Amino acid sequence: MSVLLEVKNLSRHFGGLRAVDQVSFSVQEGAIKAVIGPNGAGKTTLFHLISGYLPSTEGMVSFMGRDIHHKKPFEIAALGLGRTFQHVRLFHGMSALDNVMVGRHTRSSAGFLSGMLALPHARREDRAIRERAMEELEFMGIASLADTEATSLSFGQQRSLELARALALEPQLLLLDEPAAGLNMHETVEVGETIKKIRDRGVTVLIVEHDMSLVMNISDEVMVLSYGQKIAEDEPLAIQKNEEVVRVYLGEDDG
Amino acid sequence: MQRKKAIQVSLLAAVVIAVQVFTSATGSLFYLTQLTMSAYYLLVILGLTVLMGYTGQISIGHAGFFAMGGYISAMLTTHDLTQYKDNSLIGLLDSLGLLVERTGLYGDNLLNVTPWAAFIAAIAVTFIVAYLIGGPVLKLKGHYLAMATLAFGTIIYTIVSATPIFGEADGINAVPPFELLPGLVVSGNIALRTSNYYIAWGLVIACMYLLLNLMDSRVGRALRAIHGAEDAAGSMGVNTAQYKLRVFVLSAVFAAVAGVFLTHYNAGIGPSEASVMKSIRYVAIVAIGGMANLWGALVMGVFLNFLSLRGYFGSFDDAVFGGILIVIMLFAPDGLLRQGNLRALIGLFAKPSKEEGV
Ligand SMILES: Nc1ncnc2c1ncn2[C@@H]1O[C@H](COP(=O)(O)OP(=O)(O)OP(=O)(O)O)[C@@H](O)[C@H]1O
Ligand SMILES: [Mg+2]
Repeated sequence: MSVLLEVKNLSRHFGGLRAVDQVSFSVQEGAIKAVIGPNGAGKTTLFHLISGYLPSTEGMVSFMGRDIHHKKPFEIAALGLGRTFQHVRLFHGMSALDNVMVGRHTRSSAGFLSGMLALPHARREDRAIRERAMEELEFMGIASLADTEATSLSFGQQRSLELARALALEPQLLLLDEPAAGLNMHETVEVGETIKKIRDRGVTVLIVEHDMSLVMNISDEVMVLSYGQKIAEDEPLAIQKNEEVVRVYLGEDDG
Repeated sequence: MQRKKAIQVSLLAAVVIAVQVFTSATGSLFYLTQLTMSAYYLLVILGLTVLMGYTGQISIGHAGFFAMGGYISAMLTTHDLTQYKDNSLIGLLDSLGLLVERTGLYGDNLLNVTPWAAFIAAIAVTFIVAYLIGGPVLKLKGHYLAMATLAFGTIIYTIVSATPIFGEADGINAVPPFELLPGLVVSGNIALRTSNYYIAWGLVIACMYLLLNLMDSRVGRALRAIHGAEDAAGSMGVNTAQYKLRVFVLSAVFAAVAGVFLTHYNAGIGPSEASVMKSIRYVAIVAIGGMANLWGALVMGVFLNFLSLRGYFGSFDDAVFGGILIVIMLFAPDGLLRQGNLRALIGLFAKPSKEEGV
């Protein structure tokens, strides 16, 4: 197994606040790695830094051996890094299928001119995009909703759709920011199964999640953030026994 | 999909022909004049529909691009170069066949740029200006973008209404006809009314076909995605800045083409074409047409422009469009002619039926 993502001394300050503070870690190809930590620990900020949404204050990120630090989100996506958002970000005004078809953007090439002229190669490519997008909807079990306006789907369906869209990109690495937030217990278990299936497709997964049973169930490795700093990184069982982790994080959720 | 679009566009062509046949049969050919002018305004509106309705980037400056096309073409085809004949640059243009000698209104001899060369120059300048303006301006969002484009429109208005070479408050007149091909001439000459109607509507049909295709393509989906959630579009690999800029330039070029053609058709252009009220009118029509709805924009564009050009709104002309915009923003900020709204309206009158697959 090789290292797919490598993060070194990554920091992001907001004024005096060190949202992410000197964080280093790596993600092995084919693994499911979880990032946990209390609210405001800097997990989403870390994802934004990796995927290019926020410039870092210092540090380095390399993906598949390339320095992706200072690259724009669309460039990083084109390299094979997909992501979902903590607050679902679907394309409103577009059908579920169209949403997923946008996910094929980096895997297709028709430009303005061939689109306007509906040239044969562009139409052929479009059919392939449509088929592939349908497959992803099927994979997520929402193929019957293909023509529904994305934002009129139920919350759980919207999360599934966002995942289908990210998968359409054929990512090497998928960043999932709280994919189970707002879902009930049954749906959360399903999300866990889906993430394992995604891993079995050969996609490496880095996930932020508050649901401990989900994290412990699916992860190969868990990293813990607190006040922007990495305080632990280990196998799930070891993390559960780690005293500092229990103190800053698990302890809070005891109630 | 492709089939459906082909049928729709053919239907549009059939309606265009039917209207011409009807007006000639009933001796009401004079309507074709306003329909021709409306068609040119439609080019601006359709381009703006893609920029604003589909991509979500407002521009209250598109009259500026229309005016750039019209004014540059008018100036080049009317400004007499006879006195510069010995200038080597003029000589070079002449030897390239880009200049033409003609007789002016008062029997004087004029040396002008040919309409084709002027057309290409006008489009090229608009392209470059749109590119240079669009780069920085499209980084802005919402009302900041609205204000910046408004300011651009105001600058163009000020330039054309204060520069002697553009005729100041009088604008430019005596613009010659534009011979597209031998025998195919853009001109307001009554004898050419029917052929000009077809030139204008031919452009609209072609433009409609291209834009319908575009919105149904990979690029079109990316544009709608930018409207839907710009940051998420970026995470799907869409180069949002580049796409916004390209659509901006595309719509500016459409507006400039319209400006060139209508200026030759009207044999002149005045500062009112560059005014903010014209820009607002375009925005109002895109909005009432349903924002992300090319067909709605087409129908509303021809309907409202026709009424306006026939003088039905009297001295309230500009006020009507301002009023439309206020009402739309209050009651249907996503646009009036939208599928959802249409279904709701149809639902009021029809018995419940199976939803049609659109
Ligand atoms: N754009 C911003 N400007 C200023 N402060 C910010 C910004 N984004 C995040 N922060 C702060 O940085 C810290 C980390 O936020 P972040 O969203 O990364 O936390 P998180 O671990 O994802 O929390 P949660 O579990 O609630 O999602 C918080 O204190 C937050 O208020
Ligand atoms: Mg978060």
